[in-house]
Amino acid sequence: MIRLEKRKEPSTLWSYATPFLAVALTVLAGGLMFAALGTDPVAAIRTIFYDPLFDPQYAAYSRPQLLVKAAPLILIATGLALGFRAGVWNIGAEGQYIIGALTGAGVGLALYPAETRLIFPLMVVAGALGGWAWAMIPAILKTRFNTNEILVSLLLVYVAENLLASMAVGRLRNPEGGGFPGSRNLSQWDAAANPELVAGTGLHWGVIAAIAAVIYAYILLNRHLMGFNIRLTGQAPRAARFAGVSPNRIVVFCLGLSGALAGLAGLFEVTGPAGQISIDFNVGYGFTAIIVAFLGRLHPLGIVLAGLLMALTYIGGELASFMLNIPAAAIQAFQGMLLFFLLAVDMLTNFRIRLGREAPA
Amino acid sequence: MFGTISPTLLVAALMVAATPILLAALGELVVEKAGVLNLGVEGMMIIGAICGFAVAVETGSPVAGFAGGALGGAALSLVFGVLTQFLLSNQVATGLALTLFGLGLSSLLGQGYVGIKPPATGRLDFGPLSDLPFAGRVVFGHDWVVYLSLALTVGIWWFLRRSRAGLTLRAVGESHDAAHALGLRVRATRLAAIAFGGACAGLGGAYLSLVRVPQWTEGMTSGVGWIALAIVVFASWRPGGVLLGAYLFGGVTVLQLNLQAAGVAIPVEYLSMSPYLITIAVLVVISARGTRRSLGAPADLGKQFHATR
Amino acid sequence: MQRRTFMGAVATAAILATGAIAQDDPVKVGFVYVGPVGDGGWTYEHDQARQAVEAEYGDRVETVFQESVPEGADAERVMTQMALSGADLIFTTSFGYMDPTMNVAQKFPDVKFEHATGYKTAENVSNYSARFYEGRAVQGFIAGSMTETDKIGYIASFPIPEVIRGINAAYLAASKVNPDVEFNVVWAYTWFDPAKEADAAQALIEQGADVILQHTDSTAPQAAAEAAGDVITFGQASDMAEYAPMPRVSSIIDNWAPYYIDRVGAVIDGTWESQSVWQGIGEGMVGIGEITDAVPEDIREEATRIKEAIGSGEMHPFTGPINRQDGSVWLEEGETADDETLLGMDFYVEGLSGEIPN
Repeated sequence: MIRLEKRKEPSTLWSYATPFLAVALTVLAGGLMFAALGTDPVAAIRTIFYDPLFDPQYAAYSRPQLLVKAAPLILIATGLALGFRAGVWNIGAEGQYIIGALTGAGVGLALYPAETRLIFPLMVVAGALGGWAWAMIPAILKTRFNTNEILVSLLLVYVAENLLASMAVGRLRNPEGGGFPGSRNLSQWDAAANPELVAGTGLHWGVIAAIAAVIYAYILLNRHLMGFNIRLTGQAPRAARFAGVSPNRIVVFCLGLSGALAGLAGLFEVTGPAGQISIDFNVGYGFTAIIVAFLGRLHPLGIVLAGLLMALTYIGGELASFMLNIPAAAIQAFQGMLLFFLLAVDMLTNFRIRLGREAPA
Repeated sequence: MFGTISPTLLVAALMVAATPILLAALGELVVEKAGVLNLGVEGMMIIGAICGFAVAVETGSPVAGFAGGALGGAALSLVFGVLTQFLLSNQVATGLALTLFGLGLSSLLGQGYVGIKPPATGRLDFGPLSDLPFAGRVVFGHDWVVYLSLALTVGIWWFLRRSRAGLTLRAVGESHDAAHALGLRVRATRLAAIAFGGACAGLGGAYLSLVRVPQWTEGMTSGVGWIALAIVVFASWRPGGVLLGAYLFGGVTVLQLNLQAAGVAIPVEYLSMSPYLITIAVLVVISARGTRRSLGAPADLGKQFHATR
Repeated sequence: MQRRTFMGAVATAAILATGAIAQDDPVKVGFVYVGPVGDGGWTYEHDQARQAVEAEYGDRVETVFQESVPEGADAERVMTQMALSGADLIFTTSFGYMDPTMNVAQKFPDVKFEHATGYKTAENVSNYSARFYEGRAVQGFIAGSMTETDKIGYIASFPIPEVIRGINAAYLAASKVNPDVEFNVVWAYTWFDPAKEADAAQALIEQGADVILQHTDSTAPQAAAEAAGDVITFGQASDMAEYAPMPRVSSIIDNWAPYYIDRVGAVIDGTWESQSVWQGIGEGMVGIGEITDAVPEDIREEATRIKEAIGSGEMHPFTGPINRQDGSVWLEEGETADDETLLGMDFYVEGLSGEIPN
């Protein structure tokens, strides 16, 4: 009989070892799947995990791309994790991401073609405000009318997608684009561009913002009363109330902050890597970030690692997909497996596996 | 302004449109009542869609197809069940991973099924009753799955409110520690609920691929599972509310397309947002009026259970 | 030390592998797809054409593809990685890939790029697009001739020139043969959402439409029409022959194969040059699927004649007199539309009711 016994303290050893164990298990299970699909499993695994980082042909390009792909995930997940710790369920970061991009790009495009250095900072502020405002809708409905924030934030994603489509073919459409959908390319307009800051590193303002957010969240959680209140509200809501923590303030703070960060992520994406508002501008960062937040155990540093790992599987998955002719679906399933294993072995940190019947007391 | 839209056909159409959402949301309701939050509805639905489709095509029987869809959904949900109940993984993240995995797996399974027509699921024959005005089409004009979904709504209501097993399930969801202390089998109950939820989501998915569309294409659920999740919250965890929510959402979706088709001069952008906005608005009204009754979330929803002794 | 040896070995192996490829020297062709190859529509047809290229050139080409690539940053990365992997020619098959294609092309001047449905070109970037509106005109004629209720339903995706052009072309052809014809347009705001498309088709049928035209990719509207009985439809993007002979009476097929074979051949021969083409029925890029027996003989013959006339250039679907929706003159008697106006078309022609969303 196998059973689990709760550890008195989480095991430090296992908390470092489990991610590697999970990757090893995924390599085994994923390898079996790739073999079943008729692909050389060794080549597939190597292409996913090794080539983006070390292959002489790709690594110089792919390594910086990890930052580009991970930055929005980390930025959004950092904000979400604060809320999740407090029991505030913002599932709609995808919508806040879209709105941040729309408001930021909108402010910028309104000033086109001015060439002043002030435009980009202005857009950053507008993007953050846009995401914040979109998140304030569930926050206010929650605090005023007790409306469930999961439902409101989730449904507002679809509303935001509709807005995005109508903006891409309407208001924000490039007037010089011959009637085609999509806005002007912001990355080609110096005043609004979010370029690679140091050539060949992938570093752009979004990466810097992500790092800043992680540091801020870390300090907030460990050194600040608000961070303490957030943790208390999540672990013992009743005790928090007795301690004079206003649940409404926590809701407004957490939703607002995660919305603003998601909005920022959208803004940095639209001015940099994506370059323009288009009908399908959003690619699911807001949802993937929820996974990243939990994989990182809601800890700012964990989120950084989780974000980078997710980014690696995306980029390595793309390489594997076209080089080895693996269906994109198999890559998706592989990512799913990796997540399953990461989540499953996490248990070893907090529990001990015991064989045999319950030990006599 | 509704002049040319026939209410009869509208109601009949919304019932069909809402059925996949209703089925999936009912399943999720039971799961959540047991204290488990499974965000993988979309993944289970699409697995149900391809399993149902494949079985129906291979056997030529839509009924077998629906059974296959339910089984497929349940099988996938057990991955979630094992992970969250035995390995105590985080439910939110595991559910999201389940969606990712389900979408990928379904495309792999479905590679040979693109561009095929499944065997047809016809309307049930109620004889002369089907010729009645209004009721003939709305009440007696559907395929069996629509009736199944309605029966399931009543059945789940009865189960949760009136049956002993339902009481156990709710007890487990409200406080797993207390339930465990009373000698109730928390894990087994939750696993059963998870499998049931998976089967319902699978049925909903199969309804999409076998009746509503009917066809297999990758990613064909396009977000229905998420709506189902929202509807459970909307319903404040009550079966009747799920029915109302699913029909409201399906109704507004169908109505907005009908308004467009009838050439009503409302900007299309607003029309296409309307199902989401109206659902939110209705929930705000309900929760603003609400007493404690509207806060029906099971107390231990999403929390891990580990028996210390 | 050991680790370094290992990496060195990998590097050597990689160089050897590239060397081995260089000896045979097949032309490497990359394809970037916006959807899954199993979507049964847009991407499916591009992938069919890729397979046709393989069949045509055998060992002389190697094709690679990447499916479900989101537009924007991800597309740019996929293209770059393909270029790094030694691709000689890359087809980027969605409008939203335009700016990423231009960016990557700038970084890899020796790699040739072919971008679908856009308007930008460069030394090493061509663009190509299909005159689907020619097919729409044939459809419109059949629709106008076949309708008994004089109501034609149109499931549109997004209000962009491509879609608006299709509506106009179909309407002009339909109203020419049947002046009483009315178009009901439903904007689905999606390219692909089977359930929503089914609902849209049903709503249109309930409004009395007995012909459904669609500019979305799933077969859901076909199934809705089949269930309704006497409603006809047309396949979109792919033939959708499984719904023939009724309700699907014909189809517009995206046939990219001739173009892809031609362009890959040009790279093999070393004759590739940047160009901007907009091909239609004549060149075979727009295919008209078999017109079934459900269409009466005389209409079928006339439709075939129209198709041939358009194909030969003898007839243009947009030939004046045509007014805009507001009644102002667009094309004078005998005048044909220029490509620039067509490419950016953002207005309805006279006779269509409703407004283009914005």
